[in-house]
Amino acid sequence: MRKIAYREALREALREEMRRDATVFLLGEDIGRYWQGAFKVTKGLAEEFGDERVRDTPISESAIIGAAVGAAITGMRPVAEIMFGDLTSLAMDQIANQAAKIHYMFGGQAKVPLVIRTPFGAGVNIAAHHSQSLEAWFMHVPGMFVVVPSTPYDAKGLLKTAIRGSNPVFFCEHKLLYPLEGEVPQEEYTVPFGVADVKREGSDVTIVATLYMVHKALNAAEELEVEGISVEVVDPRTLVPLDKQAIIDSVKKTGRLVVVSEDCKTAGVSAEIAAVVAEEAIDYLDAPIKRVAEPDTPIPFSPPLEQYVIPSEKTIMKAVKEII
Amino acid sequence: MIAEETRKLPLNLSKEKNIDLYRKMLEIRCFEEKVFELYAQNLVPGTIHLYTGEEAVAVGVCGNLRKDDYITSTHRGHGHCIAKGAQPKRVMAEILGKKTGYCKGKGGSMHIADFKVGMLGATAVVGAGLPIAMGAGLSIKLRRTDNVVACFFGDGASNQGTFHEAINMAAVWKLPVIFVCENNVYAMGTRQSTVMLVKNVADRAVAYGIPGVAVDGNDVLAVYEAAQKAVEMARKGEGPTLIECKTYRHKGHSRIDPAKYRPKEEVEDWLRNDPIKRFKERLLETNVVMEAEIQQIERKVSAEIEEAAKFAMESSYPAAEEALQDVYA
Repeated sequence: MRKIAYREALREALREEMRRDATVFLLGEDIGRYWQGAFKVTKGLAEEFGDERVRDTPISESAIIGAAVGAAITGMRPVAEIMFGDLTSLAMDQIANQAAKIHYMFGGQAKVPLVIRTPFGAGVNIAAHHSQSLEAWFMHVPGMFVVVPSTPYDAKGLLKTAIRGSNPVFFCEHKLLYPLEGEVPQEEYTVPFGVADVKREGSDVTIVATLYMVHKALNAAEELEVEGISVEVVDPRTLVPLDKQAIIDSVKKTGRLVVVSEDCKTAGVSAEIAAVVAEEAIDYLDAPIKRVAEPDTPIPFSPPLEQYVIPSEKTIMKAVKEII
Repeated sequence: MIAEETRKLPLNLSKEKNIDLYRKMLEIRCFEEKVFELYAQNLVPGTIHLYTGEEAVAVGVCGNLRKDDYITSTHRGHGHCIAKGAQPKRVMAEILGKKTGYCKGKGGSMHIADFKVGMLGATAVVGAGLPIAMGAGLSIKLRRTDNVVACFFGDGASNQGTFHEAINMAAVWKLPVIFVCENNVYAMGTRQSTVMLVKNVADRAVAYGIPGVAVDGNDVLAVYEAAQKAVEMARKGEGPTLIECKTYRHKGHSRIDPAKYRPKEEVEDWLRNDPIKRFKERLLETNVVMEAEIQQIERKVSAEIEEAAKFAMESSYPAAEEALQDVYA
């Protein structure tokens, strides 16, 4: 099968959906023909679809999301890009109070089919305002789906599902994943929400991981294999809805759980997944649940400091060995 | 009696249109008074923000809109709903938390919408409606229809960042949005002059390169005329206008507010300047309608609002477990 990069997979999803449906349009800062997106996801799209549908905006995050909300409730399918995930804080009211609540608050009268794409993640030395992983903020807002693709295949299939749906979708990308290549079929496909993917089968311990952490978990699993430890890696692919059953099924098989997430540990993604297993599958556990996450600090700048806080293959392996 | 054709009609509007404007204002006034009455009887859960005194704004603006045009509204939004054509009985039912309300009891007084008449909803976050209205304007432009959006907000909202972001974006993209600032002098208890150096919110339009006009918001015809011009511009694709309507709420900010921060003379002045009283006097002076007709309208409106209240009171509450429905579409 052909291999393409994660950013190309996203671009293909956007292009195919824009060709298929004239109500789909993109808006965001520097996504148009001049800059083509801070991470080049929208490269070439303005040339094909024009500046109206691939719309450069002023630096006004709140109005970008508000524009998407207003357009979505009146018949369009906007895909808004927020250049860095950290900057979603500027649009938080429009995301959390407006986009996510309109369907419910108005008794189901309106649909809000919009997608907010944004990259999270540390590792490129851009410090506290451009490196966070804030998925958990959005998991805490009922009414919105939260999507976390780790591969080009998942990225394309999930983005298509997001665009075609009837609900607001918070679509998390990871800046280290953009150049990552993976198999993506030529033919049409979508990936449903709420269906986890077992990225590696194993029998001794389950690692649940998302986004870039999936790849670190897979690397750790390779190394642990050499030491005779068989690791299963489960990638939920969407945090809302969460495929609890797939996680529980894996835990039933292995009896051990390590949750790896790049966000802060307190009240984070790993806390929710650990809580689900503790609440619904504790009888299947042979050891305490381990969480590998960032310590509760802002992301520091200096390379040794930054590397210290990001979960690594080493810290993942250490956590696994503590419960084996 | 003056012959029909020699009567001086304000703004050259038809008699029907004049009556329509009067009737709508009256409908909102009666509605709000009824809400207040039901509130006093402990029938309204939560809080209320009454539109009493500001009726000329919603009615003057919406009088220029078609059914398929849009509006966005605020926490003080009952008047906007009714002016845009929502049914008072279903607005009332929503305020009472009943299943027959527009939002099935999920929204309440501060979050009412009626998408069938283009009422895209009220938001209780001050200033949050401006970007959404702008987005609806963008949608109109992309779908190439000739609709427009009227966005209601208060003087308080004009100090939010969303005011700047949304109007700038609407201006640069020439979107068909009429930004209507209902300046009722106070943002809750904070007097405008203590938080803004400019006298008119409309003066801020200069910063976005769009027309800004300040009008007497208690003169329904002044509002109507300003909105008419703005709507025409917007429909032609010539972009947004900022209209500031100077008005005053008769009651406090919300149910618990006795509004003691307002000088007595100021309140009295504004009460004398009641938009409904003024328009009625004008209609009678210009012989557009006779006193008997006015009385007939008043009786009819009053009966309709009684009927709306009865409908709302007799409606059932939603089943408790409906709380779990409608989270996702």
